[in-house]
Amino acid sequence: MKILGTITILLCGGLLIFFTSDFPDFGDPKSPASIHLSPYFIEHTLEDTAVPNIVTSVLADYRSYDTMFETTVILTAGLACFLLLRIPTKEVTRRYYLHEPTGVTLRFDGDRYPKGSNVFKRIDSNWVPYDIIINFTCRLLIHFIQIFALYVVAHGHYSPGGGFQGGVVIGASIILFAISSNLRASIKRLGEKAAAIFTATGVFIYAGTGALCMVIGEHFLNYSFLAPLLGTDRIMARSHGIFIVEIGVAVAVMAVMIWIYYNLSSAGKQDEGL
Amino acid sequence: MILPIDLIVLLLVIISAFAAITVKDLLSASLMLGAYSFLLCLLWTVMGAVDVAFTEATVGAGVSTVFCVAAIFHTTRRTKD
Repeated sequence: MKILGTITILLCGGLLIFFTSDFPDFGDPKSPASIHLSPYFIEHTLEDTAVPNIVTSVLADYRSYDTMFETTVILTAGLACFLLLRIPTKEVTRRYYLHEPTGVTLRFDGDRYPKGSNVFKRIDSNWVPYDIIINFTCRLLIHFIQIFALYVVAHGHYSPGGGFQGGVVIGASIILFAISSNLRASIKRLGEKAAAIFTATGVFIYAGTGALCMVIGEHFLNYSFLAPLLGTDRIMARSHGIFIVEIGVAVAVMAVMIWIYYNLSSAGKQDEGL
Repeated sequence: MILPIDLIVLLLVIISAFAAITVKDLLSASLMLGAYSFLLCLLWTVMGAVDVAFTEATVGAGVSTVFCVAAIFHTTRRTKD
């Protein structure tokens, strides 16, 4: 079996390398992509959409149908993790509480744990004392990471970045908070239900913008029909439409990253985790 | 595209990819995968595809490594079979 696997891998790798030789060279001016597509985008992007970053305008305007389904794929990934991993925890099995004045850890079985107590603090079963340096550094960093993420989302028209990257960075900042302090503290601030709603909202913003274009004008996701609503001309309306769509992507991606992390790190229980 | 930098980064990509599949420890393998993603991100930057490099740095090297570590957190050190 092992030999068969090795032969298959070698065969596939060999075929891939063999057919790569037919590809045009890196930056070849005579390749089909450089003859037909690239010149059009380079010459017409600015006058069509008023967006200097060609990648953003191709991603969210010329090929926005593609990106819409990419966002849907992200939503599907979050849903798949949820449906595969999530275990509803109805019965409370075993919880550990730290008595803060004395530092004694108590184990509670069943339902007899102290609710709303000032001196008892819930800890995980594999709890290690919090490191003050890590805690403080993460607390300091998270704000800057989030502001940078907002900058990436909003500045995607002019610089590398956009909704996807900015959304991932916001999600990563919240994951950093969950790692540095506690999974429960993070779930208390942005719960699973909120993550699910945010995910659906992001996809809805994207598809809704397209549908709105269809209601006002004629084409799905042709943002220039939004011009009367936004109070601008048809070219700036495409730029603003790209921004609206990017916000939708950012919201969806952020929520999915957090949702997947909650389910993965707590093995679906969302009770205690990394 | 600067050829020496390109070759060095490509060599490191191959080394880290090989290390990721040969290393026995799962945590080391996931970290090697993160290093692999980050080197690929450098490669995209050298090629001038900055948007792709940004995505690779955030998703590949950042969040997916965290996901791998979070999943490995629930495994045991030695297999039971």
